Amino acid sequence: MVKVTIDDIQIEVEEGTTILNAARQIGGDVVPPAMCFYSKLPGTGGKCRTCLVEVAAGSEKDPRPMPKLVASCSTPVMDGMVVKNKTSERVHENRGGIVEFLLINHPLDCPICDQAGECHLQDLGFEHGKSATRYKEKRRTFDPITIGNKIKLHMNRCILCYRCVAVANQLTDKRVHGVLHRGDHAEISTYIENAIENDFSGNMIDVCPVGALTDKTFRFKSRVWFLKPMEASCSCSKCSGKAVVWMFGNEIYRVTARKDKYGEVESNEDGKTAWICNECRFDKKDASKWSIEGPRTINRHSVISQNLYTSDRKITDKKLN
Amino acid sequence: MQSLSNKRKVVSDKKMTLAERIYLPAVFGGMWITFKHLFRKNNTLKYPEEQRVFAPVYRGMHVLKRDEEGRENCTACGLCAVACPAEAITMVAAEREPGEEHLYREEKYAESYEINMLRCIFCGLCEEACPKEAIFLTDRIVPTEFERDEFIYGKDMLVESLDHRIDITKRQHTGKRSAI
Repeated sequence: MVKVTIDDIQIEVEEGTTILNAARQIGGDVVPPAMCFYSKLPGTGGKCRTCLVEVAAGSEKDPRPMPKLVASCSTPVMDGMVVKNKTSERVHENRGGIVEFLLINHPLDCPICDQAGECHLQDLGFEHGKSATRYKEKRRTFDPITIGNKIKLHMNRCILCYRCVAVANQLTDKRVHGVLHRGDHAEISTYIENAIENDFSGNMIDVCPVGALTDKTFRFKSRVWFLKPMEASCSCSKCSGKAVVWMFGNEIYRVTARKDKYGEVESNEDGKTAWICNECRFDKKDASKWSIEGPRTINRHSVISQNLYTSDRKITDKKLN
Repeated sequence: MQSLSNKRKVVSDKKMTLAERIYLPAVFGGMWITFKHLFRKNNTLKYPEEQRVFAPVYRGMHVLKRDEEGRENCTACGLCAVACPAEAITMVAAEREPGEEHLYREEKYAESYEINMLRCIFCGLCEEACPKEAIFLTDRIVPTEFERDEFIYGKDMLVESLDHRIDITKRQHTGKRSAI
């Protein structure tokens, strides 16, 4: 066990824990935002630089501060490390710059995008972004394409976090998509528009932090804040069958996995991540096929709680979404 | 009991004088007041021949604006509906097909857009919420109807027609884009 101080809060964590995970063990405000790191997908992180933190003291033995900000998702803690996130002016300033970088090629089409209201980049931009852009050059543009028959890819919106590639690598047996080209030309592609047909490929919609990968069966159907998220389960042979169904009246508009407060898919009781299969996600839109457990608890700061469905909200201590 | 407001009057039933009993002075007094009002400034307007000038910020019937090229600005983002305190707005979105670029500004558009004018309280929050400068409240008055369902205004009533544009520049021009 090593002792680490994050924003003046001391915690003991196991050796080898990253700063981000240590901060998540504390919880609350000290957790740095992460756009590419996904705790349920090993190997993610270190790409978006959103989670940069200041290390004021490297360790007990060598208490010199690290000269540059470090990516908290991939830096392991050392005994006696002092980390500054919220309390550091440098971090705040840098994060604003990172948001600006991420938004260079990201279109301002939130009114159109289906992810609006549950988009991590939207939250990040709201918290750290500037109200105007300094970017004058032409943004790179792609036509939206269909990968598989249920997923729509808007490459314009992609921030190249590689989460979906990790999903394909780890959940499906044969990866048919990846990131092609380099630098500014990099794009997610299936190469010659190869279909993604694996049963768990739909989970890349859930892990996408922006609206680059969206559900075609839900495309432009409604806005998330008009729908009522309900916890539901079904007996499915391929997956755990635990999902959130987004309802409008008695109709199911879309099905997603259950996500925790960091936007990551929750774990089951047995410790496995509750990914859902494509059949549950795309084809079970009939309310009679699901047993609905009750309304999902939505953070009251979320726009989803603006849908005025407040009267029968389940009272729990869970703070989700 | 002591009166709190000082307005209490004690009712008396004292005997009336002769002038009070014949009522005529009181009648003529009243008629004199009525006569005086004939020469006062009139407070009413002869609507619809005469129309009152509205304040520049008057909030009347809505309009869904088109852009310079005549394409509909509304992209059915739903922010007006979520901002609406009276829940008067409903909409259904649809995807723009190739070849419809001259009709709709963005790749998503409102297939149907309805405002229930009986629910609407003309607060203007929809206009404030709109990120696309699509909905505006104008100085037009919602006409009276006999049936309730005639107050549910669809796109046929709300979208401005191409040859009869509704000028909102003086009233609600926010300076974000050049409005027509």
